[in-house]
Amino acid sequence: MSDVLLKVEGLRKNFGALKVTDNVDLAVEAGEIHALIGPNGAGKTTLIHQLSGNLKSDFGKIFFDGRDISPLSMQNRVHLGLARSFQITSILDGFSVLENVAMAVQARSGSSFRFFRNASREDDINAQASAALARVQLADRAHRRAGSLSHGEKRQLEIAIALATGARLLLLDEPLAGTGHEESAVLVDLMRSLRGSHTLVLIEHDMDAVFSLADHVSVLVYGRVIASGEPAAVRAHPDVRAAYLGEEEIA
Amino acid sequence: MLNLFLLQSLNGIQFGILLFLVAAGLTLIFGVMDLINLAHGVLYMIGAYLTAAFAAMTGSFAYGILIALPATLAIGIALEVLVFRRLYDRSHLDQVLATFGLILILNETVKIIWGSAPLSVPMPEAFSGSIQLMGNLRYPTFRILIIAAGLATALGLYFMVNHTRLGMLLRAGATHGAMVSALGVNIRRLFMIVFGLGAMLAGFAGGMVAPILSVDPGMGDSILILTFVVIVIGGVGSVRGAFVAAILVGLVDTLGRSFGPMLLRNLLDPAAAAQMGRTLAPMLVYILMAAVLYLRPTGLFPMGGGTR
Amino acid sequence: MSEAATPSLGPVSSSVIDAPHVRPPLLAQSAPWLIFGLFAAVPLLALATGDSFILVVATRMLIFALAALSLNLIMGYGALVSFGHAAYIGIGAYAVGILSSYGINDLLLQIAAALAASGLFALVTGYLSLRTSGVYFIMITLAFGQMAFFFMVSLSAFGGDDGISLSGRSTLFGADLLRSNLVLFYGVLGVLAAAFLLMRMLVASRFGRVLRGTRDNPTRMRAIGFSPFSFQLTAYVIAGMIAALAGVLLANQVQFVSPAYMTWARSGELIVMVVLGGMGTLLGPIIGATVFILLEDVLAHFSEHWKLGLGLILVLVVLGSRDGMSGLARRLRGGSDV
Repeated sequence: MSDVLLKVEGLRKNFGALKVTDNVDLAVEAGEIHALIGPNGAGKTTLIHQLSGNLKSDFGKIFFDGRDISPLSMQNRVHLGLARSFQITSILDGFSVLENVAMAVQARSGSSFRFFRNASREDDINAQASAALARVQLADRAHRRAGSLSHGEKRQLEIAIALATGARLLLLDEPLAGTGHEESAVLVDLMRSLRGSHTLVLIEHDMDAVFSLADHVSVLVYGRVIASGEPAAVRAHPDVRAAYLGEEEIA
Repeated sequence: MLNLFLLQSLNGIQFGILLFLVAAGLTLIFGVMDLINLAHGVLYMIGAYLTAAFAAMTGSFAYGILIALPATLAIGIALEVLVFRRLYDRSHLDQVLATFGLILILNETVKIIWGSAPLSVPMPEAFSGSIQLMGNLRYPTFRILIIAAGLATALGLYFMVNHTRLGMLLRAGATHGAMVSALGVNIRRLFMIVFGLGAMLAGFAGGMVAPILSVDPGMGDSILILTFVVIVIGGVGSVRGAFVAAILVGLVDTLGRSFGPMLLRNLLDPAAAAQMGRTLAPMLVYILMAAVLYLRPTGLFPMGGGTR
Repeated sequence: MSEAATPSLGPVSSSVIDAPHVRPPLLAQSAPWLIFGLFAAVPLLALATGDSFILVVATRMLIFALAALSLNLIMGYGALVSFGHAAYIGIGAYAVGILSSYGINDLLLQIAAALAASGLFALVTGYLSLRTSGVYFIMITLAFGQMAFFFMVSLSAFGGDDGISLSGRSTLFGADLLRSNLVLFYGVLGVLAAAFLLMRMLVASRFGRVLRGTRDNPTRMRAIGFSPFSFQLTAYVIAGMIAALAGVLLANQVQFVSPAYMTWARSGELIVMVVLGGMGTLLGPIIGATVFILLEDVLAHFSEHWKLGLGLILVLVVLGSRDGMSGLARRLRGGSDV
């Protein structure tokens, strides 16, 4: 597992005079779980926005599977196999759980400029959507209204949607945010089950989860990567201890 | 020919100034409050009617407009307190429905009070003549007065927006609304002031044109849509953009109507040119808007970059 | 006024949103039959009362129901508040007026011209308007609608401000079928029913699902790989063409065409119709247009200043209910969440 799937070179985003991300270099290998950690305001979410194409970068390049995707829109990056979840749950509340996922399958299953056939009766699409739901253990919720799910279930649904796009790489922005103990255990198991079949880039504040899941940890402080490596090495890194983990221990 | 061109250019500027007076308040209402207000044109109409009524009552246009100004200010503030205040955090659709309803109410009220027939306001004696500008070019004094009053207002607004605390809040509000309220500024009062001011400016424009145009119940509707064109071209929330766009629209519209057919005559036979000119001229400003939108979807002077 | 929006009709489009195997309630299934059945029986009422004006009003209701139905596609299912929709009614009406002044009275040719012209106008103006959103979109659609209005006003070859009086109704394969008000009524009813079925299919189709998803959460739709623009533009063009069809029918009914059909106030009224009946539901616009035309008729008999009443109702309803007019309409329909 030494194929680099996602490579980031000198990525930068300024908001006015503020450098939110500053010369970020990253290399994410295929099949690994790569955690991005750092204190609040370190630029993690901005980085995810830049990687997913939601925000245009000011400088730098992003390579996905060897291809420069920097100029591509979010939509086109999804078509190449790079999908994301959102820090604040973003699903279609008024649609059924199945349709939320089926929509993502539809996006890669031929033209959506079809006007007559009932989309919710397309068995092939529904079957693929059901499979994605089963993978996140939401199969029994398929016909519920998505807005009626519990918070943890919504986070699972977001992952199912990302999987259903056919993505190889998932950018997960704090998948555990706001979840309780049991919910977060389910999600951690879910992410672990994706290791190998998918590549995960994950922002997370829950350090137990990060160090139990991640193959590789990068630490972002004030928009810069101050350390990157195996979890144990990063944990021992003096700068990291000073800038970040130290605070945790004090707190 | 040159004289005609200069004359029509002055007419265009004068029309543009009026558009600016109406657009200045409205662009702030859109930009700062994110409120779509269809009823702004009605305030222009009310300004004209009140000026007509008070001028008839006092026998003097100057007194008429001086009383009409605080009256439209009061009406603007009353509307803000009664209606608009409750619309700020609503969907655009609700805003459209309520302000559309307001137009119907005010238009009909005006019809009930003053009837559907147009009113005319006599030109004030002192300004009824014309002034020699250069050579044999003469221009009506009253129109010069409109231009002068409009420019003075524009300067005043420019000073207010750029050099006062209120202006600073407005500029900040147009770009970062949430931040301004986070600073503990009394947003409600700020909005009320902007609204009242916008209403008074629109009413002022209505009052000033009363002697040269007929005052009728539909006059607010036609100016409203041109005002939208001005705001779209200038960029929502930008007073400077509104000024530039208003003059541009005024010139394009006026010159297009008078010279369009003439220019077309070089290409077509006279009858066809006249017909085509008459048809195309009213569309010119919309074509201008479409062109600006195509090149710069957020207008010439966009506010609040970043998110869009 | 909205008691007339008959709470018993129930949510209709929930069948589209719900899972396929969940059958919608019986009432929702039967509502279209009920409404179209009631309309089909109107001529009997006209016959029984001997008041032929009833048929004229009912035809007008159906025509505006068709226009409101089309606006609902973009407004209700696409969250695109267009304030220039009356322009398309005007384009359809002028297709009839202009062609018939050249002696072309064939209905199908007129419809083809109306669809082509409206489709083109919608494509160009939609392309420009949809590059913006929110307040901008509303203002720009209003401005383009007004542009079409002024174009017709200044088109003196075709009556300008005064409009064109038609010598008669359109013909179908040379036959003067539509001359009878009864035939016209059923013809319009048939067109509306077809448009209703088309709309039901569209909304449930892949295309409609993307449109609805974009309405609810455009960021989510982009994040799974959709580009909303082309879907919104397609919906905008379809809506414009159906409204033009309504214009063709309107010109035929009143045998007169004028720029008054395409004023911005008419566009506002179309929005009111859609919201009144229930935005984003299939039957809502039909009910809304029916109620609106009825109200227009009743209030206009009552006073020439009936628009004052309409305005008051609008303002009070929006201010009086926390979630606005659509919320009120929803509650009256029995709290469905579509």
